[in-house]
Amino acid sequence: MGVKRGAGRLGAAMFAPALLYIVALVGVPLVLAFLYSVGDVKVGSVGYRFVGLDNFISVLQSPTFRGALLHSFLFTVGAQLIVIICANILALALVDRFRGRGLVRFFILLPWVAPISLGAIGWKWILDSIYSVINWALVQLHLVKQFEAPMWLGEPTLAMLSVIMVHAWRMLPFSTVILLAGLTAIPKDIPEAAAVDGAGFWRTHFQITIPMMTPIINVAVLFGVIFTFTDMTVVYILTRGGPYNTTQVLPSLAFFTGILGGDLAEGAAISVFLVPILVVIAWLMLRLAHRAEVV
Amino acid sequence: MIGLKGARRRRLPFQIYRWTALSVFSVLLAFPFVWMAITSFKQTSDLYNLNNNPFLFNERPTLEHLKLLFEETLFPRWFLNTAFAGAMVVLITLLLAVPAAYALARLTGRWGERLGIAIFLTYLIPPTLLFIPMSRVVSELGLQDSLWSIIVVYPTFTVPFSIWLLMAFFKSIPRELEDAAMVDGLTRFQAFVKLVIPISFSGILTVVIFTFTLVTQEFVYALTFISSASNQTIGVGVPIYLVRGDVYYWGSLMAACLIASLPIAVFYNLFLDRFIAGFTVGAVK
Repeated sequence: MGVKRGAGRLGAAMFAPALLYIVALVGVPLVLAFLYSVGDVKVGSVGYRFVGLDNFISVLQSPTFRGALLHSFLFTVGAQLIVIICANILALALVDRFRGRGLVRFFILLPWVAPISLGAIGWKWILDSIYSVINWALVQLHLVKQFEAPMWLGEPTLAMLSVIMVHAWRMLPFSTVILLAGLTAIPKDIPEAAAVDGAGFWRTHFQITIPMMTPIINVAVLFGVIFTFTDMTVVYILTRGGPYNTTQVLPSLAFFTGILGGDLAEGAAISVFLVPILVVIAWLMLRLAHRAEVV
Repeated sequence: MIGLKGARRRRLPFQIYRWTALSVFSVLLAFPFVWMAITSFKQTSDLYNLNNNPFLFNERPTLEHLKLLFEETLFPRWFLNTAFAGAMVVLITLLLAVPAAYALARLTGRWGERLGIAIFLTYLIPPTLLFIPMSRVVSELGLQDSLWSIIVVYPTFTVPFSIWLLMAFFKSIPRELEDAAMVDGLTRFQAFVKLVIPISFSGILTVVIFTFTLVTQEFVYALTFISSASNQTIGVGVPIYLVRGDVYYWGSLMAACLIASLPIAVFYNLFLDRFIAGFTVGAVK
């Protein structure tokens, strides 16, 4: 008993610094975020006045906010759909050992392992309004005329498409590697048994391997959704939310309102709209982890 | 059995599938970096001539953009800032996460598991939810516009993930190791310092690399807290402050992106599998 209690005390002492730090710098700001969203706080203002749901009502009435809410969902669903389909294709192509696999893997991982703000600037140059290399190729192929080439970041639909594609580009390697881990972990004898029973490779893959990978695909999608829904880097660098707020997402709007605009309360209220999605995802993750433990 | 499967996989249709998929995606995914490299060495007049084939060097390659970058911009300064912030964040992360992970893995019993999950959930709270109140916290601490603001704040995401990674690592070390040492007269804490930490070297190294790369990749907090160009990190300095007014110096901009990306990418790549293991705990056994 004495030994155990001693261990408990040591455990508490070793855990306490990390816990204190997390409470002070994650817990406190999190509580403040909610307090700001129901208060009257501007940069430089002193004191705090509770205003109830006023900030939420005010942002909900703003067309810019409603646009950002819609774009956030479009951005997340669009990017994740592309990512999960392509990640399945890529993981299957990468699963066996073959000569040159390490090098191929490095190329494929680049968008995830390099800083995203720098990758996004690379894309800004590729999608430039005048010197875009994509447009040069399109002109050479006679698909468009030189001075009618698409303005990738200047036209609302194309701009949205561009930020979705660039974000998918960034997230694809991450999901691929997670699926690869799942694919490697599937017991070899099950697909083999199916093969012995005469099922072809593709049939085995779609009817046995992919269903067996459902938990790991879920993990990839859940993290993918979090990292997409809450990110503003690609949007900020490529379009600053433009043209005319047509690519504005919740995090970037919160930044422009709360940080650059100085309206902390309204910015916080916009950020708080991220919370329901985060809670749902966290709940799904816990369920997934729990089920994995029980099985 | 493996032979049979291998034989199956090596069939021609699968080979065609594999190499088509790999070549298409390698080109799509790596292209921006190739493009950075080509742009970095091109003369400005070549870059801005619409009649030139942008894939070729129509004029002599030049080191002009690199010279500009290193001699007339804050790029070297941002490099040092990032390295310094990275080292400090690594230090803070290790000091907080290593003992905490050990406590959760060994000492806090039934509570360990629950606290571990709670810690992991804090990793899911994104900077874009916290950055507005955090800017207040940073200015209360008197750290606005200082490199120290991010040094204090970045462990909010490196510590939870590092605890999570290290917890799994410590659990894989047999308990008997410390038990034997304690029979030999060491205290539990001495056994942790003298035995557990040295044999956990590779796990700790993973945390070091992971923390450092996250520091180089972070964008939102650095953009929010630091307002003067000379205090910036690479990740914000290059895309925001290398652009003067509305003028993009594409040659030096692309050189900066490439030079900063490659070393980070190489390091991260080496440790990626362990990092991914942190996400797949539970779903893959």
